[in-house]
Amino acid sequence: MDDHENLLDVQGLKTYFYTFDGVARAVDNVSFDLNKGETLGIVGESGSGKSVTALSIMRLIPEPLGKIVHGRVLLNGKDLLKISMNDMRDIMGNRISMIFQEPMTSLNPLFAVGDQISEMYIRHMNLNKKESWNRSVEMLEKVQIPSPGKRAHDYPHQLSGGMRQRVMIAMALSCNPEILIADEPTTALDVTIQAQVIDLMMKLKDDFDASILMITHDLAVIAEIAQRVIVMYAGRIVEQGDVYTIFENPMHPYTRALLKSIPKLGNRSTSGREPLHVIKGIVPSLYHLPAGCSFYPRCPEAMDICRTGPIQMVALDPTHRVRCAHYATH
Amino acid sequence: MSEKLLTVNDLKVHFSVKKGLFSKTAGYVYAVDGVSLTLEKGETLGIVGESGCGKTTVGMAILHLLKPTSGSIMYQGKDVSRPSRLSPPEWRKLKKEIQIIFQDPYSSLNPRMTLHKIIRDPMKLHGMYKNRELDERVDYLIEKVGLSPEQGNRYPHEFSGGQRQRIGIARALSLNPKIIIADEPVSALDVSIQAQIINLMIDLQEEFELSFIFIAHDLAVVEHMCDRIAVMYLGKIVEQSTYTDLYHHPNHPYTRALLSAIPIPDPRAIRKRAILTGDVPSPRHPPSGCSFHPRCPDRFDGCDHCQPELRDMGGSHSVACHLYPENEKKRES
Repeated sequence: MDDHENLLDVQGLKTYFYTFDGVARAVDNVSFDLNKGETLGIVGESGSGKSVTALSIMRLIPEPLGKIVHGRVLLNGKDLLKISMNDMRDIMGNRISMIFQEPMTSLNPLFAVGDQISEMYIRHMNLNKKESWNRSVEMLEKVQIPSPGKRAHDYPHQLSGGMRQRVMIAMALSCNPEILIADEPTTALDVTIQAQVIDLMMKLKDDFDASILMITHDLAVIAEIAQRVIVMYAGRIVEQGDVYTIFENPMHPYTRALLKSIPKLGNRSTSGREPLHVIKGIVPSLYHLPAGCSFYPRCPEAMDICRTGPIQMVALDPTHRVRCAHYATH
Repeated sequence: MSEKLLTVNDLKVHFSVKKGLFSKTAGYVYAVDGVSLTLEKGETLGIVGESGCGKTTVGMAILHLLKPTSGSIMYQGKDVSRPSRLSPPEWRKLKKEIQIIFQDPYSSLNPRMTLHKIIRDPMKLHGMYKNRELDERVDYLIEKVGLSPEQGNRYPHEFSGGQRQRIGIARALSLNPKIIIADEPVSALDVSIQAQIINLMIDLQEEFELSFIFIAHDLAVVEHMCDRIAVMYLGKIVEQSTYTDLYHHPNHPYTRALLSAIPIPDPRAIRKRAILTGDVPSPRHPPSGCSFHPRCPDRFDGCDHCQPELRDMGGSHSVACHLYPENEKKRES
């Protein structure tokens, strides 16, 4: 296989949900790629479609409510949306694995965590029970759980939040996946535990030579770990670029406003405080998205053309792309 | 000289753990274990800490939503820690003047009440306004928090998260309180909405001359909001100081670790992490001595059996840590 080829290539992904209230375009024409060994961050507020993008890649969209109506998800050139569910199960957890926000709801409360990790080896590597148990204990040691031999017998409720997330990471990495999708993995954790888990993820990423797709609402976490960043708003990618470009030279009005609206630690002077920069209005409902640019009702720089759209993605340079009418003429 | 509005002295809230057929008390959860703090008029005091440190319990005890095990709460110079000793008018005044804003704007509003009724009912109960005046006051408050009076007959589910938090703020404001306890008011909100609510709270504080007790786990937000910050760990305040001092000169090893654990939204920032090992111990079995000693990078011999007191370091900065013994203060001054 060519080394320069993208590991994961998502093209024109559209995932819609058909509900009584109408059609929610949760993910609307999302395209991006993930290179080998890279950490790609997807940021966005709730309802921006970042989680649904991840679930679509894993084919975990609850049907028939939701449906991937268009697009391709190429893993080493093979379209994951076209293969049978049986073949997909060989890929899930084996070549692409995922960790979720709330480890308590994603672990089975009725099985010891060692058994739950063992299942990965039994399913994907055809190991017997004893071997897979031993490998599970090794894996727990790698995620720095103290006395892993004893802890493997514990049930999820006996572990703390941080430990449960470590178990999830152990399970996700057990079969040496090429891609790890992390959906808000530290949001439910306290800051000191969050720091532990992020450090662990970054260390294991190098050890296992995996690529990470990190989904979060926390811009600071993205700044710490990602090499490239995708900013999503109301189901669409509004800007993508490398992490320095996004944080130092953001072009989309939404990215700029978002970065300005977070209070930064240590920035408040003794004399007084500036009011925080505010994005007026609220995130639009996915059922009633404005025509044209979905950000225009809140945008300080909106023009007439923004109302009618459609707004195309513009490449400002080979890596930096932005969906905004201001740059369309350049 | 500013006026002390609220003084909490050695507040303890312990919950008993019942076990067995006859509900025998098997032990206690030491949720809040000796917290002292003061709140001055017009001031914002921040309480930060990780989950389980007791920051919410302190707020609940001040509001009399939980009964303190021991300790005193003085409001405007009067001991109010035992409600049974207060006369009914005193009790009503207390309930009226200390209000709360909750974290979750989804579960803290009655789904069967309209916006108008949610804000009107508290004022009606306290007999503050009559008929026309009452309705005018409701509309005034709705406008103050950035909603429009036409939305008055809508129900909470018709509003977004940020708008619901505005309703919660309007409800708290309705009784003209002196103190508002805000328990993680922005942590359930999106980043772009969070800034709106923070700005709104700061504006209202000036206009209504409010004092805030701002409970949160996000230090960046707390630094922006608060004049003084108290850091809690396992039911105790470990460090208390002004907002600038806490960030630029953190003294307690826990504060230092907490500050260094916070991700910085700048990809070029140089990160020096003091990563804490292990988890927060259970408040049912707090460690002996300093409750932070099992995770502390700077611990020494005395830490595991002797409990450090909160000591004044000068300049309204106090720390509970054996690294800073009494003579430290004299040496520095």
